[in-house]
Amino acid sequence: MHDDTTASPREPSLQHHFDDLGQQHEAATLGMWVFLATEVMFFGGLFAAYMLYRVWYPGTFGAASRTLDITLGAVNTMVLITSSLTMALAVHAAATDERRKLMAFLAATMVLGAVFLGIKGIEYHHKFVEHHIPGFGFQFEGPAPERANLFFSLYFAMTGLHALHMIIGLGIMTVMLIMAWRGRFSARWHTPIEISGLYWHFVDIVWIFLFPLLYLVDRHR
Amino acid sequence: MEHVIVPRSTYYTIFAVLVVMTGVTTGVAFFDLGLANPVIALSIAVFKASLVVLFFMHLKYRSHLTWVVAGAAVFWLGILLVLILSDYTTRGWAWF
Repeated sequence: MHDDTTASPREPSLQHHFDDLGQQHEAATLGMWVFLATEVMFFGGLFAAYMLYRVWYPGTFGAASRTLDITLGAVNTMVLITSSLTMALAVHAAATDERRKLMAFLAATMVLGAVFLGIKGIEYHHKFVEHHIPGFGFQFEGPAPERANLFFSLYFAMTGLHALHMIIGLGIMTVMLIMAWRGRFSARWHTPIEISGLYWHFVDIVWIFLFPLLYLVDRHR
Repeated sequence: MEHVIVPRSTYYTIFAVLVVMTGVTTGVAFFDLGLANPVIALSIAVFKASLVVLFFMHLKYRSHLTWVVAGAAVFWLGILLVLILSDYTTRGWAWF
């Protein structure tokens, strides 16, 4: 591996334990993928619990699922998909050394992320008004309210954990925006933008599964 | 290997497909198709997630090692879901 790297002047962004920027970039992105694999396991436990209880209590889970606002759910899916597009375009802008575009797309991604959380907040407020929040005077007009309680417990755990990831994502994007503003990135080195993008897209993917599982599966009854 | 720059048009195409598929999955949910409802909803979700992983997350342009990591995540999630289901859904079976 060590051939002619000493011939060229050292890149300031190259850490000493890597041969070249390509190797460093490969290591950084691979590390992020490993982290995301652990995140799949993290969310996977909740998905497994939801799947099992859905199979056990299809009737009540369907009835509880139908109290969710499908319009807000679908709009939020569109918002998050659009934020993934702006994130992908931000990575593209970083790779082509367009600093203003990079900052604009990062800001757009953050605005869309905030809109998603705002809509989620409206939905949570609806659930609060309807006494559908487990533990806070929970009421459900159906034959098996304790099973509906289980549905809403999983609903809040899954969407809440997802929302927490969105909030962390907004924090990461704030740091990226400041770094971009200070001109830290170039076409040769913008790895933080790229791995932040990987994180953002992963959170989008979690919602791509939450939306049909929570809102859609029993809508037709 | 270092930096593959994906043309912007690819991102717009993927975005358009994702929006259309979101509309389709929402629309289909209002029709009673029996067992096909969850199958269609989850197939579309898997399709959308694959597009995001391959193009937005650049997996298509990454090393085989990255593919192994991503594949391992999906494989272990599969073990989790399949073994839980095969256990709990067969407990009522009285063969012995």
